[in-house]
Amino acid sequence: MILAIVTISLMAGLFGLVLGYASIRFKVDGNPVVDQIDALLPQTQCGQCTYAGCRPYAEAIANGEAPINQCPPGGDATIVALADLLDTEVLELNAEHGEHLDVPLVAVIDEQTCIGCTLCIQACPVDAILGAAKHMHTVIADECTGCKLCLPPCPVDCIDMVPERQTIDDWKWANPLDQLLPARDG
Amino acid sequence: MIQVIIALLPGTVAYAWFFGPGPIVNIGLAIVFALAFEAAVLKLRAKPVMPHLTDFSAVVAAWLFALCLPMHAPWWLVALGIGFAMIAGKHLYGGLGFNPFNPAMVGYVALLISFPREMTTWYLPGAVSGQTLSLAESIAYSFGSVDIGQWDALSSATPLDQVKTGIGQGIPIDEIRQAPLFGEYGGRGWEWIALWWFVGGIYLLISKTIRWHIPLSLLTAVMSMALIFYLIDPAVYASPSFHLLSGAVVIGAFFIATDPVSAATTDLGRIYYGLMIGCLIYVIRVWGGYPDGIAFAVLLANMCVPLIDYYTQPRVYGQK
Amino acid sequence: MARLYKFHGGLHLDGHKAESLGQGLRSASLPEQLVLPLRQHIGEYNKPLVEVGNRVLKGDVIAANSSLICAAVHAPTSGTVSAIGNYPVAHPSGQRDCCIVIDVDGEDEAASADIVDPNELDSEALIQRICRAGIVGLGGAAFPTSPKLSRGKTHTVDTLIINGVECEPYITCDDILMRNYAAEVIRGSDYLQRILAPRTTLIAIEDNKPEAIAAMQAALAQQPLANTEIIAIPTIYPSGGEKQLIQILTGKEVPHGQLAFDIGLLCQNVGTCVAITRALEQDQPLISRVVTCTGDNVSQPGNWEVRFGTPVSHLIEQAGGYKNADEAFLVMGGPMMGFALHSDQLPIVKASNCIMVMREQTIPHAPGYHDECIRCSKCTEVCPAQLLPQQLYWHARAKAWDRTQEFKLFDCIECGCCSAVCPSQIPLVQYYRAAKSEIRSAHKAQFKSDRARARFEFREKRLLLKKQVDEERRRLKREALKQKQAKSGAAADGEPDPVQAALERVRERKKAIQEETR
Repeated sequence: MILAIVTISLMAGLFGLVLGYASIRFKVDGNPVVDQIDALLPQTQCGQCTYAGCRPYAEAIANGEAPINQCPPGGDATIVALADLLDTEVLELNAEHGEHLDVPLVAVIDEQTCIGCTLCIQACPVDAILGAAKHMHTVIADECTGCKLCLPPCPVDCIDMVPERQTIDDWKWANPLDQLLPARDG
Repeated sequence: MIQVIIALLPGTVAYAWFFGPGPIVNIGLAIVFALAFEAAVLKLRAKPVMPHLTDFSAVVAAWLFALCLPMHAPWWLVALGIGFAMIAGKHLYGGLGFNPFNPAMVGYVALLISFPREMTTWYLPGAVSGQTLSLAESIAYSFGSVDIGQWDALSSATPLDQVKTGIGQGIPIDEIRQAPLFGEYGGRGWEWIALWWFVGGIYLLISKTIRWHIPLSLLTAVMSMALIFYLIDPAVYASPSFHLLSGAVVIGAFFIATDPVSAATTDLGRIYYGLMIGCLIYVIRVWGGYPDGIAFAVLLANMCVPLIDYYTQPRVYGQK
Repeated sequence: MARLYKFHGGLHLDGHKAESLGQGLRSASLPEQLVLPLRQHIGEYNKPLVEVGNRVLKGDVIAANSSLICAAVHAPTSGTVSAIGNYPVAHPSGQRDCCIVIDVDGEDEAASADIVDPNELDSEALIQRICRAGIVGLGGAAFPTSPKLSRGKTHTVDTLIINGVECEPYITCDDILMRNYAAEVIRGSDYLQRILAPRTTLIAIEDNKPEAIAAMQAALAQQPLANTEIIAIPTIYPSGGEKQLIQILTGKEVPHGQLAFDIGLLCQNVGTCVAITRALEQDQPLISRVVTCTGDNVSQPGNWEVRFGTPVSHLIEQAGGYKNADEAFLVMGGPMMGFALHSDQLPIVKASNCIMVMREQTIPHAPGYHDECIRCSKCTEVCPAQLLPQQLYWHARAKAWDRTQEFKLFDCIECGCCSAVCPSQIPLVQYYRAAKSEIRSAHKAQFKSDRARARFEFREKRLLLKKQVDEERRRLKREALKQKQAKSGAAADGEPDPVQAALERVRERKKAIQEETR
């Protein structure tokens, strides 16, 4: 009887120590699921998902507050990747949030019209607009994510969204699967 | 696939030579039903019919399936088996190229489990019984217009069955093999048919339709298992040559296990695959519930193919 | 003779070489216009150095890139620059790319050459002059030659391999080049030896080119090189691929992710050797190459020395024109690795070794229908990279990109052996190319999103910091004000607050205006 109590207590103590050590030794900072979700999001920071950027949306998904189909820039590929990560069902992109474009957009400032008000610079989530007060601004096309957040603040409407320039290197070989004809008899 | 059909011819002719035209009737029926089922399913799946019928995969599957049947079988048995093979064994998985199991074996096993009596009513070779059914009689038998009782005297177990039953009763192999059913090396007639399957198999190898890995490893496995146990106790375990030349080992090695769709694809994987089937055949024959084990061995090995393929990938150029 | 090794798989193909070897090597006439793509090599784009209206002489640099001048484009003849813009180029996409157009004046006036005896130059200077000539690998990959040599020099090159294998059917440009310019190939090898100081040099030629082997042996006998050997290798496709040739000659494999010189080897094509000889001995930049024009739909197949920028249609005219222009399929390269051309109004570039003019589409293409894979593994048997093409196909078809990478998709050299033997006629290589495109594009997108995330997070941090700094400053200001008030409050009580006074003035003015408007 006493032996049993002693043994059980010793084991409990031992496991407690092991668990305690493990919790310190293998401590995970932050919520790794959020990081993983955030890594799959396209980082346009456009807010089309109604959250204030990709990370807040990732947090909302991780907390089960938002479905995985609210990211138009990511499109189906992102939804499939998220469904894969979270082991949930693949959903159709929610059209309320916008539609997915195959060729991403970039902002272009009409430099003739720009008055140099710096409002777009403050709005850009990735610091992709260059300029100073009362000096013409310009977009660093390589850094622009196409989020359109610079459009509303512009007092003179001088920013246009144009499809990203495609070069011959961006061209993709066609997948023969997509070119297979439907059932052919004969 | 045409090459396979050509390679099947000598063995099929030998089979009919020893056992009468029954197998030919079975093959004919099976092919007709196979094509009909294939066409119907393709139509239902809105797939092109002609290219799939003319790839002859259904013909080969039907042929191999029919060869597994007893030499005289009612038409509905043939139809049921090949129908199950085509629909459940092949098209439910997505058709040719997508079936994980050998369709002919799927059909055969379905029948073996569902209709054990019909599937084990075999007949004596002409050399033993002195007579075989004529073509007309065979056809009439298939369609049930002839009374079975008339030929009861001709029906018999297969040699493998006989050995199994005999050993079960404690009779030494030597004594069992005194029966007229047995020939010099294996079952009477069967041993010569096996030889012709072997000839067909060599043709497949020469025409590069199949590669050597599966047949060689399969035959090696059966022979070495048989040899080991034969050396341990020749009274209980039949000789390697008996195992090789009775039942379906040779046709299995060259024609059934080499079905590319359901077999392993890497060179090393094919060797494992053949060895596995060979060992399983012997195990099922000697210790299992069925006299012959090709079908179950092949289906079990089919299940392991993805695993085998995954772990036997060759080293890619430049990779460690 | 050295021991030869084997590579896995490979195919014995119908050579179709005799068709284009009947007439020897000829010079193609100059067309009226040359269209020169700014980029004819692997790497960064060149920038045009000329403007519309400029007169250029043969050999003038017309486009270059400051970071990689070694792949500059030179004017192939004299004339006037008539346009700079997007023109269709030889690319599987059929898209346009930036080109310089030269209206040929027919005088073929050359820019002055600065000829120096190459024997007096050290290896650095030799590389420098090869660089100036804009030489790229002429075997097909078009990798700039001088950076390859410079990087090769930083390694110990044990064996220099001169590639005269030319294993692909139909193509005979290297064969005819070796027959005609064997001495220049040998001298080019000599210069390469001086640069790289290899222990041995192996000149590999497939044994289906006995004339080329004989010509090369005669040239080598006339001008012997130390430790140099001409080796006839068995004819099997794709023995001319760099990795496969290395395996045949040395038994070594280039490890994944590394280059040949990492294992002490360096390969150069025979055509590149000739270009090097000309650049060093005559200061002649790379402005032309030997091109095979062949196929069952061209009247007189053969080989021509063609200036870059020459339209494919002009070359086909040289070859007697189409037999049947309505049903002509054009391929640049060979039947195994070439790609279909969308028209004949495309320029010949540095990488163009062969123009195939066929009656039917002969290269693997998307057929609209093919049979299913029956897992027969014939592709596995022939794959020189020892991949499992049917598994790759399975995963590529399912668009399972990470699985294709597990099966080493990117070790596929796209040689086309698997497609050629497939009994179901599946265009396997097309599937792999599509999969590679998708994966590359996904990597690019991932790179971009990672960058955007970093910039976004940096901005957040910056804004937070700014807010903190602002708050701190405001706090200090408030405190300073309080102290000041506390100090001055007692001392100067009678003095009015300036802000208060200003507000008073505004209020009064407003009142006055309101009264006036009434």
